[in-house]
Amino acid sequence: MFGKLTWNAIPYNEPIPMAAGAAVVIVVAIVLLWITIKGHWPYLWREWITSVDHKRIGVMYCLLALVMLLRGFSDAIMMRSHLAFAAGDGQGYLPPEHYNQIFSAHGVIMIFFTAMPFVIGLMNFVVPLQLGIRDVAFPTLNSVSLWLTASGVLLINASLVIGEFARTGWLAYPPLSELQFSPDVGVDYYLWSLQISGVGTLLSGINLVTTILKMRAPGMTYTRMPVFCWTALASNLLIVAAFPVLTATFALLTLDRYLGFHFFTNDHGGNAMMYLNLIWVWGHPEVYILILPAFGVFSEVVSTFSSKPLFGYRSMILATMCICILSFLVWLHHFFTMGAGADVNGFFGIMTMVIAVPTGVKVFNWMFTMYGGRVRFEVPILWTIGFMVTFVIGGLTGVLMAVPPVDFVLHNSLFLVAHFHNVAIGGVLFGAFAGYTYWFPKAFGFKLHEGLGKAAFWCWLFGFYLAFMPLYVIGLMGATRRMQHYDDMTWQPWMMCAFAGAALILLGIVFQVLQLIVSIRQREQLADISGDPWDGRSLEWATTSPPAVFNFAVMPDVQGEEAYWGIKQRAIELQKLVDEPDYEPIEMPRNSPTGIVSAFFASILGFALIWHIWWLVGVGLAGAYAVFVVFAWRIEDEYIVPAAEVARLDRERRRIRVETILPRGKPV
Amino acid sequence: MRKDWLTQAAGPLRRFAPVLALICLSGCSEGVLSPHGPVGDAEKIILLNSLGIMLAIVIPTILATFAVAWWYRSSHVKARYLPDWEYSGRLEMVVWSIPAMVILLLGGIAWVGSHDLDPPKPLESKVAAIPVEVVSLDWKWLFIYPQQGVASVNKLVVPAGVPVSFRLTSGSVMNSFFVPELGSQIYTMSGMITRLNLLAGKQGSYPGLSAQFSGAGFSGMRFTVDAVSADKFAEWVTAAKGSDKSLAMAEYDELVKPSSYITPYTYGSVTDGIFDRIVAHTKGEN
Repeated sequence: MFGKLTWNAIPYNEPIPMAAGAAVVIVVAIVLLWITIKGHWPYLWREWITSVDHKRIGVMYCLLALVMLLRGFSDAIMMRSHLAFAAGDGQGYLPPEHYNQIFSAHGVIMIFFTAMPFVIGLMNFVVPLQLGIRDVAFPTLNSVSLWLTASGVLLINASLVIGEFARTGWLAYPPLSELQFSPDVGVDYYLWSLQISGVGTLLSGINLVTTILKMRAPGMTYTRMPVFCWTALASNLLIVAAFPVLTATFALLTLDRYLGFHFFTNDHGGNAMMYLNLIWVWGHPEVYILILPAFGVFSEVVSTFSSKPLFGYRSMILATMCICILSFLVWLHHFFTMGAGADVNGFFGIMTMVIAVPTGVKVFNWMFTMYGGRVRFEVPILWTIGFMVTFVIGGLTGVLMAVPPVDFVLHNSLFLVAHFHNVAIGGVLFGAFAGYTYWFPKAFGFKLHEGLGKAAFWCWLFGFYLAFMPLYVIGLMGATRRMQHYDDMTWQPWMMCAFAGAALILLGIVFQVLQLIVSIRQREQLADISGDPWDGRSLEWATTSPPAVFNFAVMPDVQGEEAYWGIKQRAIELQKLVDEPDYEPIEMPRNSPTGIVSAFFASILGFALIWHIWWLVGVGLAGAYAVFVVFAWRIEDEYIVPAAEVARLDRERRRIRVETILPRGKPV
Repeated sequence: MRKDWLTQAAGPLRRFAPVLALICLSGCSEGVLSPHGPVGDAEKIILLNSLGIMLAIVIPTILATFAVAWWYRSSHVKARYLPDWEYSGRLEMVVWSIPAMVILLLGGIAWVGSHDLDPPKPLESKVAAIPVEVVSLDWKWLFIYPQQGVASVNKLVVPAGVPVSFRLTSGSVMNSFFVPELGSQIYTMSGMITRLNLLAGKQGSYPGLSAQFSGAGFSGMRFTVDAVSADKFAEWVTAAKGSDKSLAMAEYDELVKPSSYITPYTYGSVTDGIFDRIVAHTKGEN
């Protein structure tokens, strides 16, 4: 009846997952209870859960990412605290079967459920606003993408208390991930949570590529798009090209595990090394899927806070597209030590280094953007400068390992772990935090508390260096990754140091949580009425904060790079806004529960497949198909915002702009 | 405001400290920066050269970033404000060519290094290489000496100054054979044979490990490499031959069963060609 699922799946006798699971359940229960008591359910359902508004979906993506950052970080600090003591005779407190789940879950969660939702959320929120349009190309599909990602999150977190997670590392290399060596449900949780959320990511990529290619405001030619839109385009092109490879690779492994196929098994002609190639054909572009939007955020931030246009705009676009293409030509550098031969290793080593050229160009151009500027040191640019310095070091160690003979001694070492955290934290996460601080007032109408934001930044920055510089050192001393215990006592002081760094990062996270709470409580003082709190240069700052549901009452007429900056300067010079347009009614997509209901059935499907509950698989499939049919036969999918309502909202916006923007004058 | 600037300026100094520490570590007493053989030596030189080339551009970039950000802070009214300066063809040239030239140089190093230090390439030596066959198992290492007819678990004894020519495979999942102080690592994969050549230039005992996660007993999958004099090696072989354990497929099937933190021991005799039988066996061919 219930397949492999029995009461024994709940780890009663393991205190750590039980306590963690209980804590999560209690917190979720309290939140749900609070929502119920306060009677917020109808509002949440109507305005958020079923929303197809790209801004709200973007916000929910980012919220999901922040929550999963907490989960991923709990795993991280458990590993660091364990390793600080698991030396020589010390055994630490995590047995191998638990420790191995933790590092696997940490990697999966941080990449798929923290970094990915964060950058997708930012792109969702910002891209339509910057392009001067009203929504993404397929608004309901966008909601489906979000909820499928949430479905993956649900499954991976369920593995904490029902069964177990994979003990294979975040990429689940076979043959270790095959049934022969991993017979329990851990790898199945891994496969199905990533397959389901991967579908969401692919749909989201298709959506944003279509939006950017087909739906720009009049006059918004390709070479007038803000650089963030360019990086979003590159990133989503990569998603569309790379995620199907991931889906196919996981499907092959699934066939091995479920139906006795032999793609990657040791015997019957299987070849596990094929999996390594396939997974990295997805995996390396994935790195750039994450970092390119972060580069976009930094480009926006550095230009806004230097009160200057971005230096070398076209050069930046060229660099972005070079990286986009090159990212598919380097995957083999993840396994120089497979013995592929000198020519192959040499080629992929050089291709990898070539990526450093456009990346280096970007760093120089950001610097020249600040050159001759008026740099205002608010929180977003602190993240940016922190990134520039940190990322250059991470890039250096990356290029170092692109030299095959160097990789022969550093592959899989803690030096490698330090390198990719150097670029993932110092690049992707700093970018996400910069974007979060920068666009928060646009989403909610008030800024985040600056003092707490700075405190969080310094804790993260120094915490990062304290946590990962020691790993570079012991990596050079021969320490490999994924050890649950080590004998060499000279490593221990460095491990202690890394633990202290993780603790400092924890303090940074505490400041961030505090910042959010304090900012919400002080939203009156922190309010931004103008809609343009940072003296911005692109179109999102032309709207109110938060923007009206239709973003722009009239599609903006774009007449150059930095569309909004031009409009703003003209208005300030003439001391009047452009003439009031004729307002027309606007068609907007109706909210739809399609996303959440289909994700509900997808979760059931995933859970049933993991536990081999075949009748429930049927229920999940039938339900998901029924949702699709119901959606396809909908009669009305749009509603009209009447011209009078559009006029009322836009006149209010114009009144505010006359009061707040016109008196600003030109910067001196 | 002033004080704010002081704390921000202190940042770079503190941030640099770990990097400097990293560089100073080249004199460290163990690991890949204190190699004891020609392969490790060459890799260390390539590592330091590449690092040096990149630092020559990275350090000025970091300093310039701080300098520019600080000089053009909004409160510094003496700094020139160029609100429309957004393009310079000559600068773009420089900006693209500096990293391109660095990569040209490093690319050369990578290409040449990857050929010189290709793991299957035999090492130059006046002495003939000793063949050793390596099998990674859950979770221990089996070393077979086909010429000597002995085998050893979790301990590799080799004569110092003599090249060792490895053939490697895995009896289980993938692992990576790695002795940090000797140089290059290489994957061990079931059903496949990889090759690696190493040489211990100096007598000593060097830690070895698997550098590829392989499951529950992974942390206990360590071994030592004892590089000894030719006489000592001959003695060790004689002693090993005295062991009453012999390695045939039946014993191998016992050895395959998962276990970790295994104390080293030896097999006094080995079935001929057992390594190739193991390779065939893991493919399911028997």
